[in-house]
Amino acid sequence: MGEPEVLTIDVNGVPTRVWRKGRGAPLGFLAGFGGLPRWVPFLDRLAETRQVIVPSLPGFPGGERGHSLLDTHLDWVLALRRTILAAGLDGADLVGSSVGGSMAAEMAAIWPSSVRKLVLGAPFGLFDAADPPTDPWAQRADRIPGLLCADPETWKALKALPEGANSVEWPIEQTRATEAAARIFWPLGNTRLEKRLPLIAAPTLILWGEQDRIMPLSYAQRIAGLLAGPHEIRIIPGAGHLAELDQPDAVASAILSWMT
Amino acid sequence: MKLMWFHLMPYTELPEDFREAHPSVWVDIHSSLFDPKRAHLMYNDFMDELEYAADCGYDAICVNEHHSNGYGLMPSPNLIASTLARRTRDVPICVLGNSLALYNPPTRVAEEFAMLDVISGGRLIAGFPVGTPMDTCFAYGQNPSQLRERYLEAHDLVIQAWTRPETFAFNGRYNQQRYVNIWPRPLQQPHPPIWIPGGGSVETWQWCAEMDYVYCYLSYYGYKAGKATMDGFWAEMDRLGKDRNPYRAGFAQVVAVAETREQAIELYTEAAEYFFNRCLHVDPRFAAPAGYSTEATQRAGFESMVKKAANAQTLIMGDKTNRALTMADFVDRGYVVIGSPDEVVEQLNALADDLNVGHLMVLMQFGNMNKQLTNYNTKLFAEQVMPRLKTRFSEWEDRWWPKPMEAGERADIPGLAAE
Repeated sequence: MGEPEVLTIDVNGVPTRVWRKGRGAPLGFLAGFGGLPRWVPFLDRLAETRQVIVPSLPGFPGGERGHSLLDTHLDWVLALRRTILAAGLDGADLVGSSVGGSMAAEMAAIWPSSVRKLVLGAPFGLFDAADPPTDPWAQRADRIPGLLCADPETWKALKALPEGANSVEWPIEQTRATEAAARIFWPLGNTRLEKRLPLIAAPTLILWGEQDRIMPLSYAQRIAGLLAGPHEIRIIPGAGHLAELDQPDAVASAILSWMT
Repeated sequence: MKLMWFHLMPYTELPEDFREAHPSVWVDIHSSLFDPKRAHLMYNDFMDELEYAADCGYDAICVNEHHSNGYGLMPSPNLIASTLARRTRDVPICVLGNSLALYNPPTRVAEEFAMLDVISGGRLIAGFPVGTPMDTCFAYGQNPSQLRERYLEAHDLVIQAWTRPETFAFNGRYNQQRYVNIWPRPLQQPHPPIWIPGGGSVETWQWCAEMDYVYCYLSYYGYKAGKATMDGFWAEMDRLGKDRNPYRAGFAQVVAVAETREQAIELYTEAAEYFFNRCLHVDPRFAAPAGYSTEATQRAGFESMVKKAANAQTLIMGDKTNRALTMADFVDRGYVVIGSPDEVVEQLNALADDLNVGHLMVLMQFGNMNKQLTNYNTKLFAEQVMPRLKTRFSEWEDRWWPKPMEAGERADIPGLAAE
């Protein structure tokens, strides 16, 4: 496992981190709730056969305070469009998890030619009053790991202070990611993505952790029912909301086989 | 020193097992606990108590805004303030305040405060809190990542609405209005004094200094726990080259007075335990949504002055989750200023020395205290404590106090209770 190449792109004047690793056709990944404060094994698995490109979302680790410039849903969608273009992902395969899944869906819906094949992992953006998502912002800190991952230790390892990191700035960066998600999805997570799902023509794999404690599994079927293009639902055993963290091999395999 | 009588208006009949059986007094408190017929009596008692405090000669009477809250029955403090404007004659009315970001459009606040100022003959103190996370982000669904920006913009809009003589267009980031032109206009010019209740945020202190507003720290945990925050405030004023005029600041304090300390403990223990153990039983999951505290405040949390304040809060939260506290704890920790008139004077002098606060808001009805005991507390304090504190800070000018119309200019109001 080597380190990824780290590039910086400009999004609305904000320097934004892009990780790049591997060779082959480009494959974009947009991270989920909490973002990626560090490189994770799941990305290595993708990089074995593809050039994996991971741009940060505004306000997420690597995205500085880009979220603070975004006031409306249109602002968010355009920031992501700029990100996709600057990261060299226009027309590539795109994978999004959770918060990133919602943004990936917007890209495929609004700019259909910008996404070849799409994978949506338990995306935000929908709300069903009869089966509401868990409120991720009204939680005691000690409950968060077990809500986001099937194995709480997975989340704790992602968020643990690395040796030599700034012990003040690191926790602030993690809180910022939670804030950035709130900025776009507060209070219900409902961006009315359902209205735009029928515009998605790209072949779409819908992935869901069997133990997702944030987004109800019932939403997978709801999404599938609205997509215009070919699609499939895959449930990942032993995985929570951020399935790629809990089960990196199984999720990477599902993605890679869908993209062939 | 100004002594201001502050009512939170707590629901006084939360069940004995409230702490154990219910997760939170705030946000998701269960509707079955609310009996409107009982609340009818509570509201009327509470308004009687505020009017009684005015009769007793307190410098001001104060109300505030909370939502979905079992210890604060005033989603609209302006409704209460309007009745107080009619039922009192001279006392300033302090509304602490209206959470600006919750009003759409925020000119609603400019209008209602102007109404109160005009009806009361210029007795209004206009409070502008950001509001707690429980009130703003959860009960009212405001986005924690935009709350402060919306608040600051709403503030600008309200000030312009009060002061610009011509109809104008407001082209804000969050608010756009083509025709801003409020009627009525405020009586006090250029506008009523503005006070800012806030927590220990450095930006709030800086902003109050820049705008020349009063900063109020409305902790319920007394002057010992409040010292770190007020020290931080005064250190920041020093750094900004502002004087130490105590009237730049306000502070809330629970006060209980009786003939003797023993009698006070006996009289007020039930109400104090009700207040701290039931009224302040808040689910911590609602306390700190990401984005509510700015990054500068988070950073400052790692520095000495503010960290001490944060630790005091942590201690309290720890206690709250582990066990119910007793009167002995409240007294030891200074949550409650309690005792004979002499002892209360001594403690409030210590408070004045330690915090350098010119506007002291006394919470004299707390928890499930009934009207009889509240009025006893209010009267004894007014007669035996207040006169001995009035002269504190008399060397300073209070530039942040209402300037009402002359008595001879004001309307005759029939049927005032005091007449």
